[in-house]
Amino acid sequence: MEVFEEFPALGRKTLSTMKKVIDEAFKGFSREYGQALEDFFDPLLRFLVWFEKLLLATPWPIILLIVGVLAWLGSRSWKISLGSVLAFVAIGILGMWEDTMATLAIISVSTFLCILLGIPIGIFMARSDRAQSLITPVLDVMQTIPSFVYLIPVVMLLGIGKVPGLIAVCIYAIPPIVRLTNLGIRLVDKEVLEAADAFGASPRQKLIGVQVPLALPNIFAGINQTIMMALSMVVIASMIGVKGLGVPVLRAISNQYLALGLMNGLAIVALAIIFDRVSQSYGKRLQAYRKGHGHD
Amino acid sequence: MTDAKIRIKNLYKIFGKSPAKMLPLVKEGMTKTELLEKHNHVLGIQNVSLDIPEKRIQVVMGLSGSGKSTLIRHINRLIEPTGGEILIDGEDILAMDDKRLRQLRRTKTAMVFQKFGLLPHRKVKENVAYGLEIQGVEPVKCAERAQYWIERVGLGGYEDHYPGQLSGGMQQRVGLARALATDPEVLLMDEAFSALDPLIRFDMQSILLELQQELHKTIVFITHDLDEALRLGDNIAILRDGAMIQQGDAQEIVLRPADDYIADFTKDINRGKVIQLRSLATPNTGYQGETLSAGTKLEDALPILAQAPEQTIGVTQASGTLIGTVTLRDAISALRS
Repeated sequence: MEVFEEFPALGRKTLSTMKKVIDEAFKGFSREYGQALEDFFDPLLRFLVWFEKLLLATPWPIILLIVGVLAWLGSRSWKISLGSVLAFVAIGILGMWEDTMATLAIISVSTFLCILLGIPIGIFMARSDRAQSLITPVLDVMQTIPSFVYLIPVVMLLGIGKVPGLIAVCIYAIPPIVRLTNLGIRLVDKEVLEAADAFGASPRQKLIGVQVPLALPNIFAGINQTIMMALSMVVIASMIGVKGLGVPVLRAISNQYLALGLMNGLAIVALAIIFDRVSQSYGKRLQAYRKGHGHD
Repeated sequence: MTDAKIRIKNLYKIFGKSPAKMLPLVKEGMTKTELLEKHNHVLGIQNVSLDIPEKRIQVVMGLSGSGKSTLIRHINRLIEPTGGEILIDGEDILAMDDKRLRQLRRTKTAMVFQKFGLLPHRKVKENVAYGLEIQGVEPVKCAERAQYWIERVGLGGYEDHYPGQLSGGMQQRVGLARALATDPEVLLMDEAFSALDPLIRFDMQSILLELQQELHKTIVFITHDLDEALRLGDNIAILRDGAMIQQGDAQEIVLRPADDYIADFTKDINRGKVIQLRSLATPNTGYQGETLSAGTKLEDALPILAQAPEQTIGVTQASGTLIGTVTLRDAISALRS
């Protein structure tokens, strides 16, 4: 009955050969295509660097103004706008301006990238049940696999730096936008679609004129979630060389600097709250038409 | 009938996994219940043939589950039939490819839905212009035509409202305006007024009749309400369990119901408002005296009949020729069926 006491695992030797084979194969792949991939991502890197420099070069009063105006355009609430500006003022006074700009840059670029990729993928999923059943498990893996695990191949391929950080953030942050775009389009009222059909709308006209606009509140909820998740990756991304608010947090962890960690952590929270409130109230304004005037 | 605008021939629709395999069974006479129990397929439409005349209102009536909404969706092919033929202006719509079909839906047919089917994110004026926009009409012209139809259905002043801000009756006016804006030859109305309360429904029927006097569309109107059918329909077809059980004008349905099912239907209606003298006249060549036109409703004829000498009155066609006479006794017995 010895069999039942210990699980009949493969031998240590077999296992280590297996792992070695996989590692070697990946290393080979990395040697072969690493450079090509780096070249491929080069424009992205340039864009990210350019954007970060732009944010840093812009005089702080102008940034404050832009923050205020964007918050106003999004939320139409002076409370949220004023709150956003005050949060940035506090960040500046506490000496975290540069790190915040760097974080802002990577969050903006990765959110932009997620929207650019995520919405079309979501639309594709909504149009084909087979695509949905194939992509959903991939999204599940992306959301649940510990980030450190996919940092390994990313770093092996692209080394340490901004682009691998960006990719890591995107892998973690893209699922909500894909899921909610898919969901939003699938939830569009069948009768409205039938009406569009009855008037001879082409699939393209239906997508652009009916499905996407009606899915917009859901898509926006997805964008909101994506931003939140991107922000929560800031600290992990800093482990592979992304500058920003994550770096001091990391330093604080290894050196037990309570105040430093708390300050930078709270700055991340402040960014998160601003992004969340602004994008949520914008999303709500998008569905103003849903509020009837209480006719029967 | 050669002037049929829409011609439906031996139409079958079976819902389920492999409808084509079930078709021969149904043609051999398998009933709806059998098909459902033995093969788990639902028989939606069963050998329906119907010629819909041009520029008239064709009502298709039946209770829920009778297949009437399924039938109307075949006319613009929102539903694909399992068997049979559908011709519009002699053209087989089942042979159309996607592009041609879209063309048909854009220009020749338009549809009004029970639950309105409005686009909630677009304002009234944008909803009304939707069909035109799909056709690719330039925006200025879209807006102009939309405005015209908004006024025509009595919604002036509500152009910038969203559908969600309007009452049911107003929403359906938007639906009607949207359908009319593309100037279609065929108007498909799927229980268009069924979701409205009785007074509003009556109003909408009046609007439709008024517009029809001027526009002369070919209208297919689905309803479960006999009063509505009798009021609107130049022709009425009655469906039960997906099969056509009677068709004819209001008189025929009321005076000569094909079976108990229809008789049951027509039992409670006000016959005086439906029956015309035309269908009661008995030939009487020698009659000299007061006459009424053949289209006079019984209800209106009764008081005159009661005053007439010998309680008899002549009935004339529009041309003035005498068809026959009607006695008060005939009239009253027709009222009681």
